[in-house]
Amino acid sequence: MPTTTIAEVAVEVTDDGFFVDPDQWTEDMAPILAAEAEIPELTDRHWQVIRFMRDEYFAKGTGPTVRMLGKTSGVSVKELYQLFPMGPAKTAALLAGIPKPRGCI
Amino acid sequence: MALSDSKVSIVISQGSLEGIYPGLIMANGARAEGMEANLFFTFFGLDAIHAKRHEHIKLATVGNPGLHFATWAGGIPGVSTLMTHYMERKMDALEIPPIPEFVELISDTGAGLYACQASVDLFGLVKDDFIEQVDSIITVGEFYEMADGGHIIFT
Repeated sequence: MPTTTIAEVAVEVTDDGFFVDPDQWTEDMAPILAAEAEIPELTDRHWQVIRFMRDEYFAKGTGPTVRMLGKTSGVSVKELYQLFPMGPAKTAALLAGIPKPRGCI
Repeated sequence: MALSDSKVSIVISQGSLEGIYPGLIMANGARAEGMEANLFFTFFGLDAIHAKRHEHIKLATVGNPGLHFATWAGGIPGVSTLMTHYMERKMDALEIPPIPEFVELISDTGAGLYACQASVDLFGLVKDDFIEQVDSIITVGEFYEMADGGHIIFT
C-alpha cells in the first residue's frame, strides 16, 4: 500500500487513493482531497454528504451507494451528482477517508 | 479517478425483466464511477421506458433454460407472473429498485435516455407514449454520433 502525505500527516492509501485506515482522517484533510478531486470548494452540502458517509461507514462497515445516499442522506441524487460530478459515493468516500463503497446499485 | 474520462453507450434490446436489468445496472454503475453514460432502448427494450408498460415487465419463463424448469411448466398461465413476483421480492431485499424507479434514478444521475426511431415507427409509438425522462427519439446514425469515442454495450 502506498503512503501519501496529507495535511502534513503520513497516510496509508490504496492505489486509487482511498484511506486504508479511516481513523487517520481529520476534517482539515477533506479540502485538500477535494482539490485533488477537482472540487474547488466544499460547501455545507458537500460536508453533509461527507459526514453522512463516515457515520454510515462506522455504523455499517461500508459506505452507502449513490442510491442509498439519495434515499437517506437528505441530498437528492440530482444534487449529489452536481456536488460530486465524478461519482458521488466514490468521491465522497475518498474525501471522507473511508474505503470505496462496494455496492452494485 | 482514471475512469472519469470514459464514456459508455448501452443498448437495451429486450423487454423481459432479465433482459432489461443488466443494462440498467451497467448504466447506473458507469455514472457512479463518474463515466458518461447513455441508454438506447430498441425493439422490445422500449417497454422499459413505455409509460404504461414499464411497471409490468415480466420474467421470461418460456424459452429460458437458466430457470431450470420444463418449458411446458413455464407456459402454464400465471407462472410468469408468479416467478416475476418472486424475483421482485428477492431484488427488493437486496435494495435493487423496481424498473420504473431504477430508470428514474438513472435519469437523475445525468445519464441520457433515448428511444430508437426505427422501433418507435415499427410499433406505431410517439414521444408521449414514453416516460418524461426520455430525452428524445433518435436514429441509429445519431446514436453512433453520440457513442463516438466511447464503448458500446449491446444487451
